[in-house]
Amino acid sequence: MPDPQVLGSAPAPGPTGAGVVTSGGRKGRYSILTRRDKIALGLMVGIPTALTTFFIWLPTFASILLSFTDYQGIGGITAKNVVGLKNYIFLFTEYTLFWPALIHNVLWLAFFILIATPLGILLAVLLDREIRGSRFYQNVFYFPVVLSLAVVGFIWELQYAPDGFIDSVLHLNTQANTIDFLGNRSLNIWAVLVAASWRHIGYIMVLYLAGLKSVDPTLREASAIDGASERQTFLRVIFPVMAPINVIIVVVTVIESLRAFDLAFIINQGTNGLELLSTLITNNSISEASLVGFGSSIAVVLLVISLIPIILYLSRVMRSTGE
Amino acid sequence: MTTIAALPKRRRIKRGRIALHAFLITMSLIWIFPLVWAFFTAMRPLSDTIVHGYWSWPQTLNFQNFIDGWNNANLGYYYLNTLIVTVPAVLITLFLASLVAFALTRVRSRINLFLLMMFTAGNLLPPQVIIVPLYTIYNAIPIAKPFSDNGRLYDQYIGIILIHIVFQLGFCVFVLSNYMRTLPKELNEAALVDGASIFRTYRSIILPLCTPALAALGTLEFTFIYNDFFWALLLMFTGSKRPITAALNDLRGQFFTNENILAAAALMVAIPTIVVYIALQRQFIRGLTLGSTKG
Repeated sequence: MPDPQVLGSAPAPGPTGAGVVTSGGRKGRYSILTRRDKIALGLMVGIPTALTTFFIWLPTFASILLSFTDYQGIGGITAKNVVGLKNYIFLFTEYTLFWPALIHNVLWLAFFILIATPLGILLAVLLDREIRGSRFYQNVFYFPVVLSLAVVGFIWELQYAPDGFIDSVLHLNTQANTIDFLGNRSLNIWAVLVAASWRHIGYIMVLYLAGLKSVDPTLREASAIDGASERQTFLRVIFPVMAPINVIIVVVTVIESLRAFDLAFIINQGTNGLELLSTLITNNSISEASLVGFGSSIAVVLLVISLIPIILYLSRVMRSTGE
Repeated sequence: MTTIAALPKRRRIKRGRIALHAFLITMSLIWIFPLVWAFFTAMRPLSDTIVHGYWSWPQTLNFQNFIDGWNNANLGYYYLNTLIVTVPAVLITLFLASLVAFALTRVRSRINLFLLMMFTAGNLLPPQVIIVPLYTIYNAIPIAKPFSDNGRLYDQYIGIILIHIVFQLGFCVFVLSNYMRTLPKELNEAALVDGASIFRTYRSIILPLCTPALAALGTLEFTFIYNDFFWALLLMFTGSKRPITAALNDLRGQFFTNENILAAAALMVAIPTIVVYIALQRQFIRGLTLGSTKG
């Protein structure tokens, strides 16, 4: 899957990185460019822009339009296919999988925001200090991030399977019933969240560590001279100057929660307690059924929610790159 | 006097350090354990685990499951599929992104910010938002013979390569344009005054200076694209053409009774990225954090 990547890119935090960019713009600078140069520049930007427009933005708008139709993927679309808000009404009122899926996405987000992301930040703060073996610890916490989610799914199935590690250990002393972590529909989402966090925490740790490294060290010295404890220094001094990174961390976390797909799909194709908006889209429109119109209405719901973190992120980028 | 006063404090710090290391070591053990367990499972013959269960002292430990997995599941073949997709996708993405980043940092105009936002937002969009129309487009666009054996983008290497390029462009453009802004502007102007064409400036002056950023991004993009599961699953229909991550999922049908071989296969799928991470660790971390420290 398009990975946990999202963007590790953040405007630098605090005093050190303010006001980057600004290449001085003498007016008329372009005049030295020849006609051929201008054509070359146009092509340099034009081809990739056309590709992105055609393969990302066109499908995005197509999703919106298709969501108002009952198109099933065969033949052309005529006026007869237009059904207005019918897909949305069905989705919100009658489709029994929609609300569970949305709740799972929200749960995913809540788990990440409240547990995984803070743990990643905590590890970053602990490892940012000069302690022996810091590099070793960083590598350990980071290595799951380089694994494909397909591999992560398989590795954790060995933990959760009825004859896997966790049940085996639970059985050592008691004759407890086997817990079917992945088959139990009220339990499996939590099992998946633990596996997803295994990967998410290291990712957040690395992003946050990079941010911490770019904080002006004199801030820390000044606050130490003023007699602040380490905890006070972090909460009152470092955390506030890290505001730009904090925004990135939140954006990454939200986007990751909305994109969640691979683990649920690998475990049971996103069914039986693991429904997510993303799996509903593919299950309705591509895999079993070809309800293109209906699937698109779910895609639009996902799009609208995704726009919140995307706009938050872009406004950050604009502020730092803009003027 | 001072030493006496300092003593309790030092002792407190020491105790704090011990607690810190205890915490970090515990966390590390938890982090490594799933991988160790997978390895342990993969090293044991199925017959052993059937009789004694997975939680038992091993009778034999060997690499037979890895060998069987490699031979029966034809893993070498799927590595090749991944290679066919990953190498061109990474190279073309970096090339196109460096062109855009160069042009955007060369000429300042109002539209730059808009383009930068367009690329960046495209990369942030959940892929599931576009998959349904994309699937239709992939089936509708005619593609000439040498690039596609069914005349379409769907179920073709070129289709997978293309979607990776398009999706990864945003991230690379963002990082590279940040990086290029840190290069001295005089370089550009000097080249222009010397009469170098814009492409020449890009090729001979700016690109060589971007080698560190390109190396870092290349490492990162290799891992991203290698690890992809979603696009391969939905845009590649023929099982034998799927890259190794998607093939791993297909293997389950073949070996559903043999968790030990599946564990071995999963570990083998993980090996290339782990090797890349160990060998090019600095590049890897740099790539992820390049934008955040402005080069």
